[in-house]
Amino acid sequence: MKKTILSLGGLLLGISFSYGQANISPAKPQAKPVVITGATIHVGNGQVINNGYITFVKGKITGVGEGAAPNVADADVIDATGKQVYPGFIAPMTTLGLVEVEEGARGTVDDTETGDLNPHVRSLVAYNTDSKVIPTVRSNGILLAQPTPNGGVISGESSVVQLDAWNWEDAAYKKDIAIHLNWPTAAVGGRERRGAVPVPGVVQETPAQRAQKKVDEITSLFEQAKSYAEITKPSVTNIRFEAMKGLFNGTKKLFIIADNAKEIGQAVTFSKRFGISAVIVGGKESYLVTDLLRENNVPVIIRETQALPDRDEDDVYLPYKLPKLLQDGGVLYGLTGTGFWRQRNLPFEAGQAVGYGLTKEQALSMITMNNAKILGIDKTTGTLETGKDANLFISKGDALDMIGLDVETAFIQGRNINLDNLHKQLYKKFSDKYGLKL
Amino acid sequence: MSLINKFRIKSIHMKKTILFCFLFFALKICDAQETFPVNGAWDIRPGQYAFTNGTIVSSADQTINGGTLLVKDRIIEAVGKDIPIPKGYTVVNLQGKFIYPGLIDAYSTYGMPEQPRQAFGAGGFGGRTIVPVSTKPGAYGWNESIKPEMNAKTVFHGDAVKSEDLKKNGFSTVQSLIHDGIARGTSVVVSLGDERDNLVMLNDQAAAHYSFNKGTAATNYPSSLMGSIALLRQTYYDAQWYKTQKGEYNISLDEFNRTQNLPQIFEVTDPQSILRADKIAKEFGRHYIYKTDGQEYQRIAAIKATGSEFIIPINFPEPYDVEDPMDARSIKYEQLKNWELAPTNPGALEKAGVKFAITSFGLTNARDFWTNIRSAITSGLSEKQALNSLTTIPAEMLGVADKVGTLTKGKLASFIITSGDLFKPDNIIYENWTEGRQYVVSKMNVADLRGNYLINGTGFANTSLIINGTPGAYEVSIKRSGVDSTRTRGTITRAGDRVSIYFDYKKNPEGIIRLSGYIASVSPVTLKGDAVFPDGSLSKWTATFTGAAPPSRSPQDSPKPNASVGPVIYPFTAFGNTEIPKSETVLLKNGTVWTNEKDGILKNTDVLIENGKIKAVGKNLSSAGAKVIDATGKHISAGIVDEHSHIAATGGINEGTQSVTSEVRIADVIDAEDINLYRQLAGGVTTSHILHGSANAIGGQTQLIKHRWGMLPEEIKFAGSDGFIKFALGENVKGSNNGAPANNAALRFPQTRMGVEEVYIDAFTRAKEYKAARAVKGSTTRRDLELDALVEILDNKRFITCHSYVQSEINMLMHVADSMGFRINTFTHILEGYKVADKMKAHNIAGSTFSDWWAYKSEVAEAIPYNGKLMHEVGLVTGFNSDDAEMARRLNQEAGKAVTYGHMSEEDALKLVTLNPAKMMHVDNRIGSIKPGKDADIVLWSADPLSVYAVAEKTFVDGVLYWDIEKDAEKQKALAADEGRIIQKMLEAKSKGAATQRPTATRRRLYECESVEEDNFVVADDYTEMERAKEAARQARDRNEQ
Repeated sequence: MKKTILSLGGLLLGISFSYGQANISPAKPQAKPVVITGATIHVGNGQVINNGYITFVKGKITGVGEGAAPNVADADVIDATGKQVYPGFIAPMTTLGLVEVEEGARGTVDDTETGDLNPHVRSLVAYNTDSKVIPTVRSNGILLAQPTPNGGVISGESSVVQLDAWNWEDAAYKKDIAIHLNWPTAAVGGRERRGAVPVPGVVQETPAQRAQKKVDEITSLFEQAKSYAEITKPSVTNIRFEAMKGLFNGTKKLFIIADNAKEIGQAVTFSKRFGISAVIVGGKESYLVTDLLRENNVPVIIRETQALPDRDEDDVYLPYKLPKLLQDGGVLYGLTGTGFWRQRNLPFEAGQAVGYGLTKEQALSMITMNNAKILGIDKTTGTLETGKDANLFISKGDALDMIGLDVETAFIQGRNINLDNLHKQLYKKFSDKYGLKL
Repeated sequence: MSLINKFRIKSIHMKKTILFCFLFFALKICDAQETFPVNGAWDIRPGQYAFTNGTIVSSADQTINGGTLLVKDRIIEAVGKDIPIPKGYTVVNLQGKFIYPGLIDAYSTYGMPEQPRQAFGAGGFGGRTIVPVSTKPGAYGWNESIKPEMNAKTVFHGDAVKSEDLKKNGFSTVQSLIHDGIARGTSVVVSLGDERDNLVMLNDQAAAHYSFNKGTAATNYPSSLMGSIALLRQTYYDAQWYKTQKGEYNISLDEFNRTQNLPQIFEVTDPQSILRADKIAKEFGRHYIYKTDGQEYQRIAAIKATGSEFIIPINFPEPYDVEDPMDARSIKYEQLKNWELAPTNPGALEKAGVKFAITSFGLTNARDFWTNIRSAITSGLSEKQALNSLTTIPAEMLGVADKVGTLTKGKLASFIITSGDLFKPDNIIYENWTEGRQYVVSKMNVADLRGNYLINGTGFANTSLIINGTPGAYEVSIKRSGVDSTRTRGTITRAGDRVSIYFDYKKNPEGIIRLSGYIASVSPVTLKGDAVFPDGSLSKWTATFTGAAPPSRSPQDSPKPNASVGPVIYPFTAFGNTEIPKSETVLLKNGTVWTNEKDGILKNTDVLIENGKIKAVGKNLSSAGAKVIDATGKHISAGIVDEHSHIAATGGINEGTQSVTSEVRIADVIDAEDINLYRQLAGGVTTSHILHGSANAIGGQTQLIKHRWGMLPEEIKFAGSDGFIKFALGENVKGSNNGAPANNAALRFPQTRMGVEEVYIDAFTRAKEYKAARAVKGSTTRRDLELDALVEILDNKRFITCHSYVQSEINMLMHVADSMGFRINTFTHILEGYKVADKMKAHNIAGSTFSDWWAYKSEVAEAIPYNGKLMHEVGLVTGFNSDDAEMARRLNQEAGKAVTYGHMSEEDALKLVTLNPAKMMHVDNRIGSIKPGKDADIVLWSADPLSVYAVAEKTFVDGVLYWDIEKDAEKQKALAADEGRIIQKMLEAKSKGAATQRPTATRRRLYECESVEEDNFVVADDYTEMERAKEAARQARDRNEQ
């Protein structure tokens, strides 16, 4: 009886929390060509076109340039004079659509599977297109995301989705692109930061020894997985190893979470040994090993700029300066911003680096072109160039700045998406209650 | 052969293993313990000794060369020159040797039972056990951490093994205490003689002891440092009340009163902790002696100003392993600096004229005692002070100055015999006499075996023996030269004239070679004897002295050199100042000034700062002597005010063990050394409201501070501001996210929003009755600090800021306030404020919210970023707060989000984080806008302060430039250079053989509302264990749910 009540409660909660607003529907495919004129176009690769135009047909960009737009028959023309056009922002390493309420509603949390080694677990199938959070992120210009599993040593594999879809199949932009590995850490300051009370007769492992042991285990696992990948028809199928095959044939990347410089070094050596295409995620101390990263072509996804330094002794602005340090070190770097709902702040996290050395266009590239390159989707998105998907939006002002960002119109694969969300609706509801004219 | 030697030989026979000739002298000389029966014949001896010809240092002020010390049984009969030696005295000729008073260790747990460690099941999350009141049987007080009824005298039991370490270092007397709890009861002073407990007691009620640490108490409260302080404060009031009442019998309070006339000793840690305790001392007219952690040099002026005495440790840190530069990064700057400066602490106290005793308490290795004393001496401590701190000062502190501390007629015969000056590195302590009982540390008048020897005998070709170390602790190595050259360490044991040595060459031959021999001649030393080889073959050997041995590389013999040391910085952490910055006259020229006044935003305008205040705002200002800063193209705003912050507090920000904890005060636990004070200056923050957490419905009292980086806790408080208190509603108060309860009956009330209302109703009902009862003339109603704070609220003298999320509970609290007759000043967080803004407006309640937070838990499912805009439009005083050390330094950007979401005017948006929170805190007459006469809390921004691109280049607080981006760059360079310098020094120390420690930097704990500190604070050592327990509980919970 109790159980019934609980599940009934869960169901009711589910209805009120987990599903998107019924009145916000995914957009229809692009029917007519669109021409945007008079805009300041931020291409995403550093280039800015003043008084520019952009045209797109059936979801693909057909032209970008300065001055008057070419005549496109039967097109919807948007006059964007004085406005800014940007490539859609890309949020890698997110739990968007996997988590609805972080705490106290475990039923809405689907990002962390049990167990240590889950290369076979796929985030795509848990991606909830009806999350109420997605429209709030989308309306700040984030149009693509990489819902990513967490936890354990190997957390699972991720896909890239576009943020306007009926279901995860529709949403899939590029499937199963990466496997996610949490590199064992020996850094002090973690969980085992204060010396454990020694147990008499037991030899205490140092954090470094413990971490090394784990690294050895991972190495052994990868050796076996690599051997397995060479077998054309294994007598016993191992779905973990099946999932890992892509790492060895170049179809999947290995995203390695590592912050400590030493551990980044280990991770780079490791991936090189197995011929794996690796991405460092986090990389708080990546600025200390830029040569290594550059020489091995290993990019970094910075977790957040709006963070505190780890050490009291660090430059108080170190996290703000990290992108510039990687830029100067010749390393390819992207940015995620943390969490899911907080990723609507992704443009501001990028803008944060501008006061501390980056140019505005470099900051923009960080969350468009660079993220696309790192995710392996740069052939179709990340910049506003002919032939790519029309993933873009128009903002009244500077989209990386809170006093500028104001997304008026956004297109995903040419579809003019609905920018309404729960928050705008509640804003309107209560403005009406108080009789405010806003 | 003298009597003494007879005893020694007897002892040798008694002891099986006598490594370094530590001889026990367990025989009774003259016990006079009349109540005890004797098995066999009584053996009462006169115990009369005359120590002659020695240098008698009877006290730090008096040295008698060639003097005589007469001892009769336990007492010094005479001391001086030319004292006739009566018949019947055993004469000990101390020609060339020294006698000192036996040393006194002012702080120890010698002879105390081991304290049980706090059980873990009691704490942690998930399945928390509620222990609201004491589980101790008997008529004791409610809280187990207050145990003044504990008397060390009732549990003391001498420990021959532990006393040895102390006696070897020269101690003959110690204070011994029960090292557990906040009020720890009374201590004893005992002699270290290996005698019946009845005979060693010098003072059975030496002092009453206190600390901030609840220790093993099972009672949940207190879980935080501020809770500990509140409990102690309340105990003082309860004890006063107890004297006046007849209704309650309470042994704890009775004993608390009874022990108030004893010396009061308070164990604290760092200087801020000392100042915390000293505030309590001043509040209750107490005088504490502080047992510290030895970092007083960091705040020597403030320490001196306490007017107290101190007991200081000399457990100076070992150098860190710094070979790996990456690993060395995890060592904190203050750890590096403290390594360098800790040995200067005793000298710094001496120089400041502070009275202090030195204790060996806290040393991991007793052998470091003399090394560290010598290190302190090379770092500025005088030998005279050192001796006083180990003799007369502790004797006075502990009420035993009539018995020990000097070598004076009539005092106890507790003294040590040394080879020379006690403080010289090569000194040897030979004997430690405790109350007339001899303890031999290192045999006097025996051949010193140290030297290089050549060994002759079959199997010992080209072999030499090297003996070095000290006569009490020889070190031996064996060296074989030639084709088979090798060197190995051996072990030597000496018993009188017999020696035995063993060693292992590891190869040729492999296995242990054992030598047994005797001292065949003394000058020069020759050793002779038999050898047994690993294969069982035998041979004879002779070792002939060939010369002095090189000194061993033992670190304890080489005190750390006192080369140049770095300066003390304020605060003692990275980015501390060598000098505290001063207020200046500054003219900011030609900036865009966001006045927050009716003038609005003024372009091309100047601001003049003088004497910590804003002097003038206008065009073309000038001022002779002012430092001019060109603000062309830049923006000038009032300093950012954070209404909701948890930085700069230590020992936990939640006392969540009870639903009402209005007695706890953040003011008691301000940490002025938190780097986040500095980091937030770098984000333009000048004032922060430091709140209690949100774990309970009525939390603790809050504290408004200014970011005066480098000042003391009392100095960073916002003087004259109104008192506030934190209330909380919702999930945290209900404990919703604390994991699955193990047992419904054992949960803290409330668990629902229904229960939350009743907590308020109950608390304020009690407060009103209390107020009425106290108002009656001649009332004996017990003063209750918890209710005092609620009465202050009812009297409009303390103001509420209430953590709140959903509209139902917000509505509820407004109703409770109306019905109980109090006012709510601010709803903080208030994410659904937009739903009840009209009601808040009617109650004149301010709203301090997040700009855009939501979705992190169920109760924020309808939090919207337009909340601030809607509350502002309805007419509430609206602000944005941080509740987060990171967000706090970008509050200007958070204000900018009011432009993103809702298009608030920029002028109004900036007020969300400046003037409006100042209004909420009732300090808008002082701060929050740029207006002549207000405090010069000013930020110079590189761009529009609401923009993501704005950088705070300079931040003034009271006209003092505490943040300057250019000076910061210099500080960073200096910091790196100083770290490098100290690390070089550490490497040198290590290469000289010093023991090292692994870097185990701890990260500063960052608090937000929900931080529950309980276990970490209580037993910090058990942190790891606690984390594991938490993790295990979490996993168990996950399993259950699957």
